[in-house]
Amino acid sequence: MTRRKEIAMLEVTTDWYLSLAAILFTIGFLGMMIRKNALIMFMCIELMLNAVNLTFISASKHFGQIEGQVFVFFVLVVAAAEVVVGLAIIVSIFRKQSSASVDVLNVARG
Amino acid sequence: MFEVFLFFAPASLIILGALIVIFAKNPVHNAMGLVMTLVSLAIIYITLNATFVAMVQMLVYAGAVMTLFLFVIMMIGVDKKEQTTDSIKGQTFLVSGVFLILISLLVYVAVSSDFKWDLWFPPVEYDVEGTPQLIAGTLFTAWIFPFEIISILLIVATAAAIALAYDTKKRNSNA
Repeated sequence: MTRRKEIAMLEVTTDWYLSLAAILFTIGFLGMMIRKNALIMFMCIELMLNAVNLTFISASKHFGQIEGQVFVFFVLVVAAAEVVVGLAIIVSIFRKQSSASVDVLNVARG
Repeated sequence: MFEVFLFFAPASLIILGALIVIFAKNPVHNAMGLVMTLVSLAIIYITLNATFVAMVQMLVYAGAVMTLFLFVIMMIGVDKKEQTTDSIKGQTFLVSGVFLILISLLVYVAVSSDFKWDLWFPPVEYDVEGTPQLIAGTLFTAWIFPFEIISILLIVATAAAIALAYDTKKRNSNA
């Protein structure tokens, strides 16, 4: 079989989507570890949540169940709530310390 | 062939956007990278028959959440230098070790299963189209209780955000 025919016969299976989700999650995790800016760390959390959403939706397609897509809604709402509270915390910290770096936050006093 | 293209074009954009998010220095660039990732994910959702979720992804993530991020970037400023020295000794070394383990695990799983993961069940023959009708029918019957709880969560989050961002001192001095 020639290479072109091989490519033409390639079929996008659930594995591919799961691999993409795994790569996206790993990148988000790496960003969470190497960045010090709290804002960027929040974006990395968003990346990880989106990787999980992709897993849910590909499973929904694989098993023919709509529940996977319903779960994505719940994840979406929790992510929105988390971003709202987290950004409010960043803003109030910035007022006190005038920095958004997580290394500055070594006191737990209010 | 077209399906393969429809997978790889958004997938490469997703990974590129994710890399921009974690490596760009300017916070606005990070936010734009995140937009790229989220929009490409919406395209992937459409190819997975989840059309309504794709639309909600565009509205909520690429719309509302990104606006929030950009507002906060505007408030705290973009020209602040990020601290690059490690506060924990050997942090970068430790992190790259963990990252290498994660990546090698990923590659090992993919290679050892010959790029065909054993998913226990074969994919179903029929297609489930994620229309608003079908999703609402499930959400408002079987999942009504989690739905109500999540509405409480949203109200609590809104109240918490107002309470946290409310500047008491400034307010009192003005009055």
